[in-house]
Amino acid sequence: MAEVMVVTSGKGGVGKTTSTAALGAALAQAGQNVAVVDFDVGLRNLDLIMGAERRVVYDLINVANGEARLNQALIRDKRIDTLYLLPASQTRDKDALTEEGVKRVIDELRGRFDWIICDSPAGIERGAQLAMRFADLAVVIANPEVSSVRDSDRIIGLLDAKTLRAENGETMEKHLLLTRYDAQRAGRGEMLSVEDVLEILSIPLLGIIPESDEVLRASNVGSPVTLNNAQSAPARAYLDAAKRLRGEDVPMIIPSQKKGLLDRLFARRAA
Amino acid sequence: MKQASARPRLCGKLNGKLLKTYRILSKIFGFKASLTTRRPDWDTPSKASQPVIQTPPTRAIRFRGRSFQALALCPEAPFDDWLKDVDAWLERSPGFFGGKPLVLDVTGRECNAEALSHLVKAFAARDIRLLGVEGADAALARAELPPFLSAGKAANFIDMAPVVAAAPEPPAPQGLIIEAPVRSGQSIVHPEGDVTIIGSIGSGAEVIAGGSIHVYGALRGRALAGAYGNPRARIFCRKLECELLAIDGLYKVADEIDAEWRKKPAMAWLENDSVKIKSFD
Repeated sequence: MAEVMVVTSGKGGVGKTTSTAALGAALAQAGQNVAVVDFDVGLRNLDLIMGAERRVVYDLINVANGEARLNQALIRDKRIDTLYLLPASQTRDKDALTEEGVKRVIDELRGRFDWIICDSPAGIERGAQLAMRFADLAVVIANPEVSSVRDSDRIIGLLDAKTLRAENGETMEKHLLLTRYDAQRAGRGEMLSVEDVLEILSIPLLGIIPESDEVLRASNVGSPVTLNNAQSAPARAYLDAAKRLRGEDVPMIIPSQKKGLLDRLFARRAA
Repeated sequence: MKQASARPRLCGKLNGKLLKTYRILSKIFGFKASLTTRRPDWDTPSKASQPVIQTPPTRAIRFRGRSFQALALCPEAPFDDWLKDVDAWLERSPGFFGGKPLVLDVTGRECNAEALSHLVKAFAARDIRLLGVEGADAALARAELPPFLSAGKAANFIDMAPVVAAAPEPPAPQGLIIEAPVRSGQSIVHPEGDVTIIGSIGSGAEVIAGGSIHVYGALRGRALAGAYGNPRARIFCRKLECELLAIDGLYKVADEIDAEWRKKPAMAWLENDSVKIKSFD
């Protein structure tokens, strides 16, 4: 039974694409057949994060409009056999997407994969609404700061109103993934705490991804963070989140980087 | 010849209207003036010898013809029985005639001076003022009677349904219960009564209620109670962190709310046209 999952946030730059790639890779590493679909038509990034930008021939728009077959557009990951990317078009815009076209692509993907992960564009307009339209569950990305949390609240409202499941009266499963979390700064009151965010959004927590240089390092080499360095703190947090998505009961801990004595001394001075 | 015959008719019509107005105005103000009032200095020397109305050399009094719509009441004989029907009507819709211009139309009724005087007094006794009397013999005109009107035309149908009987019972106030958080960007509008939210109102969300608003959670967005004219509506919440509170259109933004109430269970109500807040702690 295929699961269509949308990764969305409302606000831009909070880590939707990073999380799509990391969760997709983590699920594929666990043996699942995974397709990650970039819905950010005109501003595609997922191909870069996945390191597939040199192999893009056809894209989501071509398949949705019947100009190419799904097999021609899907790009298989070089590192994991069960991970595929369906890129967005960079030369078109969101108006090129039609609901019928998206439905046809999603239905075809459902027949081939265990997980279809839709990377939503920022905003609440057509692109974001089509990315969530046919989803069975949603991962809402938020940073621990007020503007991101309010935008996520807005997106949760849309998930409960504009998706096909919501319109059919079914419940839309929603999970919160808190990214760029810094336990020390939250402790000092410089950012919202996990409890604050959960109280405002009141949806179950899927995971807490710590703020880390590893994320930037991985995206610069075009690799999902879980593949680039599986031992890093954010990678372990994403791998735990992927296990929770599959129904495993994993205790919620905030992984931290192992630090030597010198690191601790310098970190203190730098902060 | 054609022109000559057409003109007097037109004048007659106009004069009729002006005369009517003049007659009413002169009765009200008790002055005497001519429709052709002129300033004496306008007169040419040849006309100076003609009799002119002696008015002080001030500015001219201007009259303008107007026609208005009025409600015509047609009494039926015997008048005393008819007046009983009027009373029954007034009982069902008190104040029906209040403020409406009313004309007594006795056209075709046998109505002598005594009967007419009786009718006019009967209306005065019921606190109903008459604008005029239509269709009565001009010879019956008296100073104590309303002005006699003529040349009335039928106007649009005036709905005579009794006001009170026609007004439906106001619907019983109905509460709305929402068992989910109100998310940013969502708007709940419920003019019929109270709104109860089991959950929070997010920042950027709003709830607009005809009655009171009860929030079993944090109020971070906007709450507008009594929004359709109910100054007795109130707002209750478990945690006050709102952007705006309004009751009956009078509002307070977050900046105007004392920090001591923030993040506490609170109630807001209206007192002397100002929103008051009190904590339950």
